[in-house]
Amino acid sequence: MPGLAISTATATISTGTAVLNGTAMANETLATYSDYAYRTAMVIYLAAMVLHLGEYARDRVAASALVAAGSGGPSTTAVTVGTAEGAVDGPVRAPRSRAERFGRTAVALTILGAVLHAVSLVLRGAAVDRWPWGNMYEFSSAICLVAVVGWLTVLYRSQRGGDGRAAQLRTIGSFVLLPVVILMFLAGTVLYANAAPVMPALRSYWLAIHVTAASISGGMFLVAGVASALFLLRGTDPEVTGFKAALPARDALDRVAYRVTVIAFPIWTFAIMTGAIWAEAAWGRFWGWDPKETVAFVAWVVYAGYLHARATAGWRTGRAAWVNVFGFAVMLFNLFFVNLVVAGFHSYAGVN
Amino acid sequence: MSLTTEPRTDAAGPPPRGRTALSRPLAMLRNTWRGLTSMRTALTLLFLLALAALPGALLPQRSLNSGKVDQYIQNRPTLGPLLDKLGFFEVFASSWFAAVYLLLFVSLIGCLTPRTFEYARAFRAAPVVTPRNLSRMPHHATATLDEAPDQVLEKVRGRLRGWRVAVIEEPAGDTAVSAERGYLREAGNLVFHIALVGLLIGIAAGKLFGYEGQVIVLTGGNQFCNTGILGYDSFKAGTRVDGTALDPFCIKVDDFDARYLPNGAPDSFRASIGYQSGDELNAGPNGPWHPYQLEVNSPLRLAGDRVYLLGHGYAPVFTVTWPGGESRTVATQWRLADPNTLLSEGATKIDRPGMADEAQRRRSQIAITGLFAPTSSGGKIVTSMYPAPLDPEAAVDVYRGDLGLDDGRGQSIFEVDQRQVASGALKKVARSNLKLGQQLTLDDGTVIRFGDLSQWVSLQVSHDPAEKWVLVFAVLVLAGLGTSLTIRRRRFWVRLRPVSGDDGPSRTVVEIGGLARTDQAGYGEEFTRLRAELLGGNDLHERDESGGGS
Repeated sequence: MPGLAISTATATISTGTAVLNGTAMANETLATYSDYAYRTAMVIYLAAMVLHLGEYARDRVAASALVAAGSGGPSTTAVTVGTAEGAVDGPVRAPRSRAERFGRTAVALTILGAVLHAVSLVLRGAAVDRWPWGNMYEFSSAICLVAVVGWLTVLYRSQRGGDGRAAQLRTIGSFVLLPVVILMFLAGTVLYANAAPVMPALRSYWLAIHVTAASISGGMFLVAGVASALFLLRGTDPEVTGFKAALPARDALDRVAYRVTVIAFPIWTFAIMTGAIWAEAAWGRFWGWDPKETVAFVAWVVYAGYLHARATAGWRTGRAAWVNVFGFAVMLFNLFFVNLVVAGFHSYAGVN
Repeated sequence: MSLTTEPRTDAAGPPPRGRTALSRPLAMLRNTWRGLTSMRTALTLLFLLALAALPGALLPQRSLNSGKVDQYIQNRPTLGPLLDKLGFFEVFASSWFAAVYLLLFVSLIGCLTPRTFEYARAFRAAPVVTPRNLSRMPHHATATLDEAPDQVLEKVRGRLRGWRVAVIEEPAGDTAVSAERGYLREAGNLVFHIALVGLLIGIAAGKLFGYEGQVIVLTGGNQFCNTGILGYDSFKAGTRVDGTALDPFCIKVDDFDARYLPNGAPDSFRASIGYQSGDELNAGPNGPWHPYQLEVNSPLRLAGDRVYLLGHGYAPVFTVTWPGGESRTVATQWRLADPNTLLSEGATKIDRPGMADEAQRRRSQIAITGLFAPTSSGGKIVTSMYPAPLDPEAAVDVYRGDLGLDDGRGQSIFEVDQRQVASGALKKVARSNLKLGQQLTLDDGTVIRFGDLSQWVSLQVSHDPAEKWVLVFAVLVLAGLGTSLTIRRRRFWVRLRPVSGDDGPSRTVVEIGGLARTDQAGYGEEFTRLRAELLGGNDLHERDESGGGS
């Protein structure tokens, strides 16, 4: 809390005029710029999503054409991939295909969007002089930013592998950005809360630790969940046609889902534990089966189940992917249902 | 995790031949045990646990809000009582929830014990023998170097520092190096699971030996002492707590300060308290008190107990002056009717002093009941506009007669007993809105003055002797998890074959192979690095199936 804001508020109370006075609680200018940045980031993500869709559609057409050609089969595909790689790394720069250009522009836009998105959160934090995840709008925004940054990291790392997997993975960009844009839209409209200080129970350095960990793991689980959902969508057929034709290989999707979950799970564990430590200081007990705690526990158990499923014969791929998708469904349920419908200690949504 | 699917059946041995009377039940027991400790069962139990916990979030729970549970049951006359009987409103105390997690932990222990022994064995064992055909490994490369085998071996040994290495001279004259690393992965895995068991035991111990009590204390130097259960307004204790040996300490609440934002949202709560504990108690209430600022997020931590500030409210102070000149001033806490504006409701009950005749005393008791608004809206119907006491006003009904306090039944301190009103023993004698400092006069000349405003705080005392153990195990859970998910168990082999040229064995064919023993790929990068350092770009042939990516 800014000392200034407290003293202003107190002065207002002591003089006996309880007037609603926004400027006493937050820096309106910064908050407004934060909102602008947020909306711009959302529009940019949307544009990136459309471009990714364009790339996806073109890739699909290309892939279908290859499958239709039939005779060439794998060798043709190999040649195509090779050409694409040559375009990326080769000394002679062959003209990029339109799909390639769409995809690259989409990634560039996503990076730009993420920068603006981060700016929006930083400005929000500066406007209220606290960590900018004190209500559902800010928390959802942070989750989306983590998801986008996580996705870009996955893309970057797969590119370093340098075997054409990045180009292949990139086509699913629209599927990752879709839930992000939806969540950001809901956060910016239904869940929106004006920049304001948080209630006394939330004034603790644990807000920075616990909620940061929760949003990092939440955003990463989103990326993993999308990868697993696409894995399931793709099905077991080695050759896919139609809508699914441009999806990356099964094992590439599976690998993304697993690697992201493996990093997110300890962070989620840390988030739950720091939550318990904070609850011990704020509410008098470290664990009380508050609805939010209960569903966080359920999500933890489901993700633990996913990791175990990955090591169990017969569960390794398909079923494990279902478990991962279900895990993310539980996370979403925890974000929306528990905050908005169920009353509990975590009812700080700031939504009226 | 990769070890899980390895058979654990050897320990039990082959089934006995002789068909004794015992063999059948024994076989059944053994099969049950095997089934219970298998990964598949553990997985099923995990999902059951998640499923069983869900109603705890979806249905109202007694432990959190019993009023809501009653409401829920009332609204569903058939489903409600059935769910109640099945324990759905106390999920986390129900036998079926306990059954699921106990089975899960039995399965866990059954799985952990052999794995711990296996790990201890593996930790002492040498790395496995180098496979005959290294080219079958997922990572593989061959090169011919212009160095003698001994020199290459020296280089390999230097490079494999930190690995567990075994060097074997093979009959054909080759030198085979077998290396393995990442043993800590399984250690982390075991620590994680064992710490989970510790966590459960710690939580259970806390539930058995801990207690939680709530008490309301008025500000202005009022005290509360942790001497017995009776001092509390509500007390929840583990089965091993009988309330006789509570840690003695006393709390004195001097003042309470709440600040609000202009829109009425709370900004800060702070209770100025003093405490005495241990030997200081012998000095009595006039002895030294340690001052403490009790705040949300900042409990008072004493040797065995924690004291929390949970809530607060107002206690209007009424002074009743009877016609004879006797006077009594009473402050009783009123409960919140609206937590946002702190509109409060309650009943201040007062005995007339100096009544020798018991029957007459009982006829002249007074109750002041109604609503209190810290910042009054004014007007006939009082409501509260703001939680701070900017313009306090009480809208009261005054009753006179027999409050029914002496009939042995308990009654709420926040309302008058409506049975007494119905029977005519208690009569409403006045109704008025009183601002701070205002008074009203009853028909018999008794004056009731709203003279002052006090506050109350709701404190919680928590005692959990196992709490620090829970924290220790939680940290171990996290450390174990981090270790087991970041460290990769992998093997690396080198075979050195001397090439006998014209000028002696000065050249060596170096064959290397690698295998990641865990699900997590990403060994490729390290292998590529090893290959570059050992073979230095002289590879004749390479195969790297996992794509070298990470």
